[in-house]
Amino acid sequence: MTSSLALASTTFIYALASVFYIGSFAFKKQVLAKIGFIVLVIGFLDNTVGIILRWIESYQIGYGHAPFANMYESLVFFSWTVAILYIFVELKYKESIIGVFVAPLVFLAIAYASFDPNISNKISPLVPALKSNWLIAHVITCFLGYAGFAVSFGFSIMYFIKPKKSESTSIFAKLPSFDLIDELIYQMVVFGFLFLTIGIITGSVWANSAWGKYWTWDPKETWSLITWFVYAIFMHLRMMRGWHGKNLAWVSIIGFMAVLFTYFGVNNLLSGLHSYG
Amino acid sequence: MKKNQTIPDLIWQFFCSVKLTIYTLLLLATTSIVGTIILQNGDPRQYVQEYGEGFYNLIKIFNIDDMYHAWWFLALIVILCINIVVCSIERLSTTWKVIFPKKIKFNPDRFRKLKNRQLFPMENDVHSLSTTCEKFLSKCVGKVIKEQTASGVVLYAEKGRWTRIGVYIVHSSILLLLVGALIGSLFGFKANMNIDEGVTSNTAFNTKLKLPIHLGFSIRCDDFEVKFYDTGAPEDFRSTLTIIENGKESFTKDIRVNHPLRYKGINVFQSSYGQARSSQPDSITLGILQKNTGLETTHSLKIGQQVQLPDDNGVFRLDKFETHFNFKKNDLGQAFVGTLTNKEGDSLIIGLPLRFPTFDKMRKGAFAFSVAALNQKYYTGLQVTKDPGIWFVYTGFILMIIGCWITFFMSHQSYLIEIIKKQDSESDIYISGTTNRNTQSLKLKVNSMANKLKGK
Ligand code: HEM
Repeated sequence: MTSSLALASTTFIYALASVFYIGSFAFKKQVLAKIGFIVLVIGFLDNTVGIILRWIESYQIGYGHAPFANMYESLVFFSWTVAILYIFVELKYKESIIGVFVAPLVFLAIAYASFDPNISNKISPLVPALKSNWLIAHVITCFLGYAGFAVSFGFSIMYFIKPKKSESTSIFAKLPSFDLIDELIYQMVVFGFLFLTIGIITGSVWANSAWGKYWTWDPKETWSLITWFVYAIFMHLRMMRGWHGKNLAWVSIIGFMAVLFTYFGVNNLLSGLHSYG
Repeated sequence: MKKNQTIPDLIWQFFCSVKLTIYTLLLLATTSIVGTIILQNGDPRQYVQEYGEGFYNLIKIFNIDDMYHAWWFLALIVILCINIVVCSIERLSTTWKVIFPKKIKFNPDRFRKLKNRQLFPMENDVHSLSTTCEKFLSKCVGKVIKEQTASGVVLYAEKGRWTRIGVYIVHSSILLLLVGALIGSLFGFKANMNIDEGVTSNTAFNTKLKLPIHLGFSIRCDDFEVKFYDTGAPEDFRSTLTIIENGKESFTKDIRVNHPLRYKGINVFQSSYGQARSSQPDSITLGILQKNTGLETTHSLKIGQQVQLPDDNGVFRLDKFETHFNFKKNDLGQAFVGTLTNKEGDSLIIGLPLRFPTFDKMRKGAFAFSVAALNQKYYTGLQVTKDPGIWFVYTGFILMIIGCWITFFMSHQSYLIEIIKKQDSESDIYISGTTNRNTQSLKLKVNSMANKLKGK
């Protein structure tokens, strides 16, 4: 088996998991969500195998680096982190229906990596500046952070489509209580914030060891700081100003927009030191 | 304006509010976007060309061409700092008493009103239940305070009181980071230094202002090497540097990207390279063609070195480099000049003009020499930095992570178990808890404690 085979199959398994989750939601069948979860876990395992194989293959080619070195690899890893985080949440909170809002995100990220013709899945050599253990720490923590924000974004959407009246017969009425959604959004933001903080810090330490400056206001750095500010605002609004519910869900959605811009927008629209997400 | 409020009071109140924090953070976030869109530290002409004369004036007034160091951006950061300091002072006076109380007090009534309160009957008397519960509570939570009530007994225990300090750790870490940044920008520098191979220098040039900075020691570049992947992308840059202090060689070290040299608070990074401009080439790859067989061999040769010819046919020595090589009164331009000495000891001067690679083929003789490649000298581009604030910044980093961890995942929790006598060997047990954060997980904890107690 090769990594490309493993990752291609991962894409389809994630697609299948999304279909099951959406089906469970549309037809109000709990069983489908249970199957969806199992499929998602299988996809996640396949995803893991793909990443490990790619790591090994890079050593066989002779480049020898961790598979976090270009846009393709980072998107594959992004899917992986969102998947593991969601699996964790579903096991902890035992609410399978919320998978409807997360499984498609997992699928979309890896599908984008596989199908966008601008994203090459070649294993390429590392330029000297990227050869650092800090790179691995930086990428892993940043992506755990992004994953937390992505899941929190999915949950925030839930807040807006759940009907206000509890006796409503719409399919959305089966969603978890507003209190629980609120709690979930907050927990995911906290998780994301902690890791984004560590991600920015490891990035700074790395920049300091490669270029002698821990902060240069490079667009990518600046945007990650903007994202950090947005979520810091989120936290203070909740803890000090007592914000909850819809208003706070909006802040989390804006925060995720900042994440997306940091990840994609900066590379495509602005210029700077970072060669990929 | 309320009466009896002096101006300083109003200022204090202004800085005391969390609204200010939120608005300032919002302003920082939105204005930061500008600097990622508009070019920073560019040439004035670029701005005029891109945005026109009028808009360029606006850019100059607000320093948008270097906005992260503009007065208004720094002012926002200063406001945040004052905000944190004022708020912390204001709140610490009360929080301090909560964190370090003279005696831990609790109010059972408060626990009786809590939503997460659970009730279950047990078939045992108050006394023996209270010993079981006390043991349980002290194992689960911590030191237990026991008090008699009219109808039974209450047991109180708490943990994590100190975690209330977490927020202050986070906020002081931010101050520490900014202090470190300030120290760095006042007493540090960032400079560039290009050194040709074999050359020694003690002066770097400030990246922005191009002013010379004397390092207090000299750096000699002994060697520079760049390696490429098959794809042509660079794989590694390496410079061998020798530090020279007071005329004496101190030590030699190889530096690579990500592996800088640090000496006396100054960091030397590999940042670029190029072909040495002014220097004359001093080594070549020499091609030797054996005319009767047509075989060509190559040898790397420095000025002053010599090479044995095939089959013991004598030696060739590379003598010098000439910018104007004169051949029969013609100027052939740049050339290397060497001496061929045959077995018998006769020598012959041989010119190898760079512009005419096959020049020597016209000469009669068993061998023809040529310059197959010029081994150009490189210069190494070093980035030299000094940042005495770095340890403040790194301490800030560590404190921020620790502080965030404490704030997010730890809390000050207190639990109360109340045992009320119903009959001689029948009692009611109430259990409830309260916390300053993460109410949801505390609720789960109370539930699980209740279940465990029921099992006893
Ligand atoms: C970006 C810079 C920040 C500024 C300017 C700032 C400022 C403030 C201020 C003025 C307060 C109210 C006063 C107080 O309770 O001491 C506050 C409260 C708080 N801040 Fe921050 N803060 C910042 C970053 C953070 C971060 C990164 C965290 C994440 C852990 C955080 C967590 C909190 C918490 C939990 C409170 C509530 C304190 C309480 O419950 O008593 N702050 N912040």
